Amino acid sequence: MSTDTLKSGLTKRVIPCFDVADGRVVKGIRFVDLRDAGDPVELAQVYNSEGADELVFLDIKASPHRRDTAVEMVRRVADQIFIPFTVGGGIRTTDDVRAMLESGADKVSINTAGVENPEFIAEAAAKFGSQCIVVAIDAKGVGPGRWQVHTYGGSGGGTPVELDAVEWAVRCTELGAGELLVTGMDADGTKDGYDIELTRAISEAVQVPVIASGGAGGPEHMLAAINEGKADAVLAASIFHFGTHSIREVKDYLAEHDIPVRP
Amino acid sequence: MRLVIVDYGAGNLHSVAKAVTSQGVRPLVTSSARDLDGADAVIVPGVGAAADTMANLRKHELIAPIREYIDSGRPFLGVCMGQQALFDVSEEGGEHECLGVLPGRVVRLPDGLKVPHMGWNRVHVAREHPIFEGIDDGSYFYFVHSYFPRPDDPAVVIGETDYGIRFASVVARDNVVATQFHPEKSGENGLKLYGNFLRAAQAAAAA
Repeated sequence: MSTDTLKSGLTKRVIPCFDVADGRVVKGIRFVDLRDAGDPVELAQVYNSEGADELVFLDIKASPHRRDTAVEMVRRVADQIFIPFTVGGGIRTTDDVRAMLESGADKVSINTAGVENPEFIAEAAAKFGSQCIVVAIDAKGVGPGRWQVHTYGGSGGGTPVELDAVEWAVRCTELGAGELLVTGMDADGTKDGYDIELTRAISEAVQVPVIASGGAGGPEHMLAAINEGKADAVLAASIFHFGTHSIREVKDYLAEHDIPVRP
Repeated sequence: MRLVIVDYGAGNLHSVAKAVTSQGVRPLVTSSARDLDGADAVIVPGVGAAADTMANLRKHELIAPIREYIDSGRPFLGVCMGQQALFDVSEEGGEHECLGVLPGRVVRLPDGLKVPHMGWNRVHVAREHPIFEGIDDGSYFYFVHSYFPRPDDPAVVIGETDYGIRFASVVARDNVVATQFHPEKSGENGLKLYGNFLRAAQAAAAA
């Protein structure tokens, strides 16, 4: 059945992503007058007032002995921000999941630990509910219509694993993932647009929402990720942080092109 | 005013507690049935599955006290699973008996759209109610759910949302109000909704 024929008021989400380390936002935030450009709470408030639909915090230095700082940051954000947010990076055990959720995170994003031990995804979903389990999939093209899953993705390049991205995505949802955060590694950092084919291949293969990530250079890329990539949400970092485009601008652009967005 | 948030070992209580605190009322977060006795207002939040929710309420011996509290006529707000739990039966993962405060069943969202229904969607006012004070008809709220309530009595439906079907996203009867969405995650409009609930509760407590 075509999803287009069913009446729905659900909007497409625009999600800024922050890299954090030791409870601070890292990588230059350069677009507004901030008292403290590293303060996750202050940044979250700015993006909230601009119309961000959700926030993602990615702990790039996460390790077990640093968890307390991450938990403290989550608590501070949750105390003052009344929109949903996801925490990722270093989520390896159900204790990690519980610590983040109890501190006020709405969802956790699982990546490497899920690839290494898929049962972890199932266990986390069974314990806390699918609605709070996001699985992040980093994938690189290896031929027409084929993508390979990598762990430790991003600027470091990542390590390929013997998993087809679309098959892995389907498997994740069977294990109980409630949402997928799909990063096209070939597009990531290019600002030339998302990996549309990867996004669409996964979105059409699963029943859960898909967030497109990696490669956003402007609102037109977000429109393409939604229209052609069938993404339910679009994530970006640098274009927002460097002030190239504001969230408001992106949403206005999407609205002009008949994409339902929250004003 | 004594505001109780019921903690039955599930759900994101932190955000609900912070949201009501932002509206000027410091809540008592408790799993003790005794605390319901002296409460002026009660909120039952919740995420997760219906079976777990009911099992947890049973384990904490909260089922009868919640029913008695609601029968007493004092203000009650159910959020997400706290809304679904009010109905007779949930079909999530089998057939699970719920609180039976409102006649009706909780059923799965139809095929054809992605499930869970996750994100911001509009709430259309079906019937005016003080909980909507200062909130525009068609405002956006944040949803995360795979099941929805189907009340037997259409008169309890005060807000509706479209997701494949048009479903009851806000229900109310007498002293009970309940939302399928998460007001504590719905920005300004959500905080207004908590504010409206608390103001009505304060007025009722003073009366």
